[in-house]
Amino acid sequence: MGGQPAGPVSLAEHEIEPWEKRIEAILRCLQLRAAPVVTVDELRRGIEQLPPGIYDKLTYYERWIASITNILVEKGVLSRAEIDRRIAALKAARARETA
Amino acid sequence: MSWGAGIASRFRPGEKVRVAARFPAQGHIRTPFYIRGKTGVVERICGQFHNPEELAFGKPGEPAKVLYRVRFDQAHVWPDYRGNPADKVDVEIFEHWLEPAKS
Amino acid sequence: MTHDPHDHEGHDHPHDDDHGHDPHAPIKAKEPDGPYQFLAEAVRELLIEKGYFTADQHRAFIEKIDSRSPALGAKIVAKAWTDPKFKQRLLDDGKKACAELGVDVVVANLVVIENTPAVHNVVVCTLCSCYPVFVLGRPPDWYKSAAYRSRVVRDPRAVLQEFGTEIAPGREVRVHDSTADMRYLVLPMRPWGTEGWSAAQLEQIVTRDTMVGVAECRVRS
Repeated sequence: MGGQPAGPVSLAEHEIEPWEKRIEAILRCLQLRAAPVVTVDELRRGIEQLPPGIYDKLTYYERWIASITNILVEKGVLSRAEIDRRIAALKAARARETA
Repeated sequence: MSWGAGIASRFRPGEKVRVAARFPAQGHIRTPFYIRGKTGVVERICGQFHNPEELAFGKPGEPAKVLYRVRFDQAHVWPDYRGNPADKVDVEIFEHWLEPAKS
Repeated sequence: MTHDPHDHEGHDHPHDDDHGHDPHAPIKAKEPDGPYQFLAEAVRELLIEKGYFTADQHRAFIEKIDSRSPALGAKIVAKAWTDPKFKQRLLDDGKKACAELGVDVVVANLVVIENTPAVHNVVVCTLCSCYPVFVLGRPPDWYKSAAYRSRVVRDPRAVLQEFGTEIAPGREVRVHDSTADMRYLVLPMRPWGTEGWSAAQLEQIVTRDTMVGVAECRVRS
């Protein structure tokens, strides 16, 4: 990306949110083992492989979790089906809470 | 710490080197586009590390490769550089991306 | 997947438009809200259930993230300013010198680069967002932005001006692109008027921005 044309640097900052910290903590936990489940290099490669349209729409940590998920599925650690089932369950639980 | 002590490296601090002008279509490359084909001077040897190009795909990236910090003149890197002609950019580059520079 | 922008109230400062999410929306709830937040929660739960790590381990990392801030870097800089031998050890081997102060540099090494009247240093990671989190905490949004990563390597003086920092034309500006296993910490110059200051006073004027290199330390009234 170095040297590409770009606009002014926005100095605005946001404080890291709890869900963002949880994503970072997931990555660090996956590196606890002697043979890490997802390395920083794989994370970066996974981010680079995100389709250009998706990359631009996601925020920094959203890109992280997209990459981490893709790599976990690639390695057979998790399946898309079980992830989708769990998301559905979490959404249903949330809907009940706020009903 | 003597950076690079005990490491069998192809290049030495102070030596002129050129970054390979390779543009692989695929893969995870940690040599920035803007520096490929440019000539600089080795500022220090950082050590030996596993190749990130392979680590990115779950491979061991062995044997470890020598990593250098190479210093470039900004006026050489950017044809339209605005600033002091003495301005520099230092970049970490792996040995397999470096060639001896023709002086 | 599209992501709905949050409502926001009266923010009139510019923010970079490289994503559809307003990072300055008031935090409505601590719980996940959008598709990626649900994804993160699902992945976390599944990994714990499958035994990849425990909830306690996950929580411990959040505490670790919370514990790191630029105060660590400021402590290191203030000591370098007052202890010339420590400063030399820091410049020779950042990792080892930080260990003296109980700071664990988890990466291969920390390259400490000294600002001088002749040279001003500034750090970037053009390829992603590598940053010395173990001494500075999490990087600010601007450091991770496309605008900073694209432009500071090519036109550092203009970018520094956007931070309100002017580097004299006769000084060298040296940009450090953090592309591999090293991490970088700028050792800013100690400003005049700080003679006899305590470590605590000195640490106050060493801000995160001065250790990334987009600002210089100032004596504040």
